[in-house]
Amino acid sequence: MKPHISTKNLSVWYGEHHVLNNISIDIPDKKITVIIGPSGCGKTTLLKSFNRLIELQDGVKISGKVLLDGEDIYDPSCDITHLRKKMGLLFQKPQVLPMSIYENVAYGLRIHGTKDKEELDYSVEHYLKEASLWNEVKDRLNTSAWKLSIGQQQRLCLARGMAIEPEVILGDEPTAALDPISAERIEQRFLGLKNKYSIVLVTHILRQARRLADYVIFLYFGNLIEHGPAEAVFNHPKDPRTQAYIDGRFFEEHTS
Amino acid sequence: MAKKYFDKRNTEEAVFKCLMVLSIFIVAVSLISILATVLVKGIGALNIAMLTKTPEGGYYLGKTGGILNAILGSVILGVGATLMSLVISLPVVCYLNLYLKKNSRFALLVRFSLDVLWGVPSIVYGAFGFAAMLFLGLKASLLSGTVTVALLITPIMARSMDEIIRIIPFELKEAAYALGSTRLETAFKIIFKQAQPAILAATLVAFGRGIGDAACVLFTAGFTDSLPYSLFKPVATLPLAIFFQLGTPFPEVQKRGYAAALILTLLILTVSLSARFLSKRFTEHLLK
Ligand SMILES: Nc1ncnc2c1ncn2[C@@H]1O[C@H](COP(=O)(O)OP(=O)(O)OP(=O)(O)O)[C@@H](O)[C@H]1O
Ligand SMILES: [Mg+2]
Repeated sequence: MKPHISTKNLSVWYGEHHVLNNISIDIPDKKITVIIGPSGCGKTTLLKSFNRLIELQDGVKISGKVLLDGEDIYDPSCDITHLRKKMGLLFQKPQVLPMSIYENVAYGLRIHGTKDKEELDYSVEHYLKEASLWNEVKDRLNTSAWKLSIGQQQRLCLARGMAIEPEVILGDEPTAALDPISAERIEQRFLGLKNKYSIVLVTHILRQARRLADYVIFLYFGNLIEHGPAEAVFNHPKDPRTQAYIDGRFFEEHTS
Repeated sequence: MAKKYFDKRNTEEAVFKCLMVLSIFIVAVSLISILATVLVKGIGALNIAMLTKTPEGGYYLGKTGGILNAILGSVILGVGATLMSLVISLPVVCYLNLYLKKNSRFALLVRFSLDVLWGVPSIVYGAFGFAAMLFLGLKASLLSGTVTVALLITPIMARSMDEIIRIIPFELKEAAYALGSTRLETAFKIIFKQAQPAILAATLVAFGRGIGDAACVLFTAGFTDSLPYSLFKPVATLPLAIFFQLGTPFPEVQKRGYAAALILTLLILTVSLSARFLSKRFTEHLLK
């Protein structure tokens, strides 16, 4: 199995706070990888270190390597805008741009060089359909994006992220703000997309993780506890902490 | 016991509400009385000739004719200085907010310097402009006046924009970067767009401050009876027209000074209102 993204001894600090500790993992190509772990364990941090968005934080320190197709993304020669185009990130909290619905999707296409109006129209429609938002917004593409409901904004962000045609989709709890029906639709989208993209998802919903994951990573207070094919991790976890988490129990630290 | 506690909080609320209303009242009364003074004293001398003619019957203290020279001079100088200042302020604000980290010491130093410059009295800018002008071998002229006023209003413009752009949610920047935007694209297509009302407000405040300042242009722009026609020749401005006319012992001329003040006030008001009205159209999509 050829990894698409790999990290080698990746550590991240916010100031003195050591948030990720020596993480070495391989993220498989064209599969859905799900990152699970309790709140505050560093899942968002890990995702943001894949597209170097982490660097925008104040006082952040990074050591180790992140390789995309074998190339070190923290190498000074790496073109950061190109890297971010390849890694579409969906944020935990949807953030629309201060423009119309249409322009939100078209923005990424425009900055990456699409000028043709017909091509833009086509892509906007196509990706809004991909994100199952088209039917709700097709009559008001020129109204402000911030007027959409949060769940609709989340899907708009998904459309916007897919429109730049990334190689990898990084989703930080992409269905957290959605009703079960829309969440189900987005899940179906991800399953349909995984033969085109490598997908990395963070989720707190274990049922969702079981439905989607090909590969699972379990983080616990910044440490990589367990990773492997979904089947193995969910059914035969090696570590008692993983077992406790997927059973929905608190793990008593002193028993380890 | 509980009753008493409740009473105390209600009294507090009532007292502070009274104080707030009183403060607003003071502000409103000052504004209205200033406008009323200018209006009452100036309206008598205001006529079409004031707006369409240059001074006649002697030097600028002339009792007939108008102050078109000063109106045009002020508009050109004010607009020029505002544009010049905008061209300096936008890159400064862009660099502070997108290229430097939030806790950067350099950013702190720049903001502190701008705050100090904001506080420097305009007569000091005037004196500095004058000295610089002599040093460069220039004469009192439209150009010197414009540059000096631009220096005066740049800290005001830059810091007012900066304060608003600083509080734009970090997530918006992150979202733009995540799509592969460069810093420049993030600045001009996202952040400045979202901050457009603030940029406009800052520009208008700076314009008002610049066009109304007398001390800055006193030595640097000079004064003349003729309409502005060259960057390198002296130019008349409204604040100085007011200053000179009010300073004469003749009541008729003083009246014309008040009329000039009224014109200046109306000018600033018109520009502010129309800019705000126009900008309404472009702010529809901005995040609330
Ligand atoms: N900008 C920051 N500065 C300092 N500490 C931070 C910053 N961002 C996150 N942290 C800390 O880093 C740790 C990991 O945060 P992260 O957001 O990666 O957690 P998470 O696993 O995504 O949690 P959640 O499931 O709640 O979203 C937390 O303890 C958090 O407080
Ligand atoms: Mg998170």
